[in-house]
Amino acid sequence: MIIVIAALLTLVLIGAAVVVFTRRPAQQAVTLGGYGVLLSLLFVAVQAPDVALSQLAVGTAVVPLMVMLAVRKITTLRRSGREDR
Amino acid sequence: MSRRARMVLLALGLAGAVVVLAVGVLGLPAFGGHRHPYRDLAVAASFRHATANAVSAVNFDQRALDTFGEETILVASVAGVAALLRPVRRERRRQVDPEMPVMDSTRLLTAVFFPVTLLIGIDVVAHGAITPGGGFQGGVVLATGLHLLYVGGRYRLLERMRPLPLFEITEAAGLVSFIAIGLAGLAVAGHLFSNVVPQGRMGQLTSAGTVGLLSCAVGMAVVSSVVILLAGFLDQALALEEEPAAGQWDGREGAAR
Repeated sequence: MIIVIAALLTLVLIGAAVVVFTRRPAQQAVTLGGYGVLLSLLFVAVQAPDVALSQLAVGTAVVPLMVMLAVRKITTLRRSGREDR
Repeated sequence: MSRRARMVLLALGLAGAVVVLAVGVLGLPAFGGHRHPYRDLAVAASFRHATANAVSAVNFDQRALDTFGEETILVASVAGVAALLRPVRRERRRQVDPEMPVMDSTRLLTAVFFPVTLLIGIDVVAHGAITPGGGFQGGVVLATGLHLLYVGGRYRLLERMRPLPLFEITEAAGLVSFIAIGLAGLAVAGHLFSNVVPQGRMGQLTSAGTVGLLSCAVGMAVVSSVVILLAGFLDQALALEEEPAAGQWDGREGAAR
């Protein structure tokens, strides 16, 4: 069990680094979703299925969707601003 | 206060936090060890009230007041986001194009997973006292499942499936029924959130007394909160656009909104 936890902790660390070093917010929403899956696997491994379920629902679905919609809104605002000039 | 004084204050604060944290962590039982004093107390307490899911027993029975605080924070923050995202005077509403280009495979997966996800959400809320999950998790699953319709290109159907005035009412009703169950405990047994409902046999749907009821109340508030939250974001991204005569957008006005 300790090997599984160690492996998952390493994966979570790598996933967090990938999220941090993804520069474009739209892509970052996708890597954040992947990182959320890794985190929920870690929570299952340390016997916290309740937390894993929350993490899966909020971290991989709701938060990336909110980021994507915010990015889309900002892109349309920028585009309309450029057309006026 | 000069920059130097502020840095000294910051260093003092950080050092204090580190010391307190270190003392706290060193006092904890070792990771993966065999001594779990909190577990021994919490599991015994959850067995006394016939609650199979000890996490739900902690959330909705032993520390229900904390959960009430968390639920209030969620509802209040969603109210704040809804206020920030509301349409302002210079924005106008346009019809969202119903013919969004969506792959056939996406449509098929949406049609399959939409009912399945809703069922799982209801199941997770209803069995919060027995199996892992509860009101919060199930509520988020339900709200996410509803938004599969958006992924599948059925935005009109999504709008019809989530009448926002109704969800604003159920959001408040979830919060009110949570505290009402707590007050009922106060009235009957003399302290807030005491588990006064008959607890049945452990593992049955009707077991655990107030745990299942509070879980349903939280589920109602959470599903409404997430739906209202995502509706605000979807509205801003899809349906609202700048008045063409309003001139160019500048960052400051947007930030003040």
